[in-house]
Amino acid sequence: MSNVIKLIALGLIALFGAIAANYARDLAYQVHSILVMLIAGGLFIWTLRNAEEPDILTDRSAEYMDDVVRYGVIATAFWGVVGFLVGTFIAFQLAFPALNFEWAQGYANFGRLRPLHTSAVIFAFGGNALIATSFYVVQRTSAARLWGGNLGWFVFWGYQLFIVLAATGYLLGGTQSKEYAEPEWYVDLWLTIVWVAYLAVFLGTIVKRKEPHIYVANWFYLAFIVTVAMLHLVNNMTIPVSIWGSKSVIVWSGVQDAMIQWWYGHNAVGFFLTAGFLGMMYYFIPKQAERPVFSYKLSIIHFWALIFLYIWAGPHHLHYTALPDWASTLGMVFSVVLWMPSWGGMINGLMTLSGAWDKLRTDPVIRMMVISVGFYGMSTFEGPMMSIRAVNSLSHYTDWTIGHVHSGALGWNGMITFGALYFLVPVLWKRERLYSLQLVSWHFWLATIGIVLYAASMWVTGIMEGLMWREVDANGFLVNSFADTVAAKFPMYVVRALGGVLFLTGSLIMCYNLWMTVRKAPAKEASLSVAVPAE
Amino acid sequence: MEEYTILRQFADSWMLLVLFAFFIGVVLWVFRPGAGKAHRDTANIPFRHQDKPATSEEARK
Repeated sequence: MSNVIKLIALGLIALFGAIAANYARDLAYQVHSILVMLIAGGLFIWTLRNAEEPDILTDRSAEYMDDVVRYGVIATAFWGVVGFLVGTFIAFQLAFPALNFEWAQGYANFGRLRPLHTSAVIFAFGGNALIATSFYVVQRTSAARLWGGNLGWFVFWGYQLFIVLAATGYLLGGTQSKEYAEPEWYVDLWLTIVWVAYLAVFLGTIVKRKEPHIYVANWFYLAFIVTVAMLHLVNNMTIPVSIWGSKSVIVWSGVQDAMIQWWYGHNAVGFFLTAGFLGMMYYFIPKQAERPVFSYKLSIIHFWALIFLYIWAGPHHLHYTALPDWASTLGMVFSVVLWMPSWGGMINGLMTLSGAWDKLRTDPVIRMMVISVGFYGMSTFEGPMMSIRAVNSLSHYTDWTIGHVHSGALGWNGMITFGALYFLVPVLWKRERLYSLQLVSWHFWLATIGIVLYAASMWVTGIMEGLMWREVDANGFLVNSFADTVAAKFPMYVVRALGGVLFLTGSLIMCYNLWMTVRKAPAKEASLSVAVPAE
Repeated sequence: MEEYTILRQFADSWMLLVLFAFFIGVVLWVFRPGAGKAHRDTANIPFRHQDKPATSEEARK
């Protein structure tokens, strides 16, 4: 019966995709219609061919659902490399404009590739890391199998489809031009469905947990899922111009639209890149250090302080605009107050190693996690400082902002994800250990030096161009033209691109190491998986 | 009064107070007597049930 419903639904979707491809008003929509038609048609045939297979209902409640996590780990590594590669390429495009090839104009020039890079690293790499680790963590800390059966698979594959639709859409010009919220209306609707399923799977597992308490990592993951849902819905309230086209118009106008966009944008940082990844920190650092978190009390206060404060910080993106002064001052004040929970969380993560600091010397994985928390502390120091109006008047619109974002994204999000992947792969594929710790050390140093080159060059070029823009002569005339600042930035742009090359190289070494871990590292003895009584 | 003014006044008086009181309440709740034992137990959750879910007998209430 359920197969019949599935077949009818898939058939209708494929038919709709075919009609939509025919009536499509723009290229992005047409390509996406064909894609949807092919996927729905393929699933239709697959379901039909397997319709006669008897349903084998095996009770799997006595084991964790780890295959979806394994797929998530692979997807994270794959999208990470893609995102870093595109980022490095566009860094070279900025230094050498000839790389905006004539034959690829309108598809692979900087303007089209830049959102591809940001979405690939944030949503594809970061999002897959969050989904995979949250599925892993919520099962272990709830002592229960993932709720919802195959719904977990729907979340995984549905999210990959969202990524493909978003990425191809950017290249073909389907964008609503809102930073970090570029996907057009039908892609937004699809993500909403996937996200609701994600929330159901996560919450369902928490509800059926066998532990009396909800571990703090799950609080952070839950805040991330719920808040991103809210942000996504409010910032994407658009009305499509036509059901056969990708163009849509937002219901908000003027400064309200700008404020909602940056309420979304900053909380995407606050809840996607911070709260979610803090969930990773609160599980994987204790696991790798083999000791419980430094202070559980502090972690609870950290959680509530962070979510109560972050939501107000958005207006600091709109200093000196049409936004009322009181609103941008509010955003600035809350950003500065955020120092407290951010550093509280950082101290909690770092101090988890107290009594085990020697592991820093022997275990490059924990070194990676510790430096990621260090970068978290640094970028959450830099961010509030840049949100202060006087500092912002110098830093805004300059490369300083880009440097700040990357010290947070590469340092904090990237490194903690690498650490989690190095922890997860041996566990998920039942290997005794990683293939090579020496390669982890190589990855660590390449990535760290890459970030340092990146951040330092962006500080120099950002402050330089900020000062050049405001420089006036004795008569009050501006000294520099915009092109002068572009020319002056060239050496720093080359250094930044080289930093990207180092970071990318490190991630490729990681992929090789993880691949060889699965292929070559000694398998874990089967007897070890049997519970060993505690001494 | 227009909608904006009403909402604005509500936001920076009662709602602010509610949110602030909730936060203070959380902090006080965290430091309640006897919380230390529960927190120590919860902090050790990651070190249990690494390989398979808890059976219903060992489920902790």
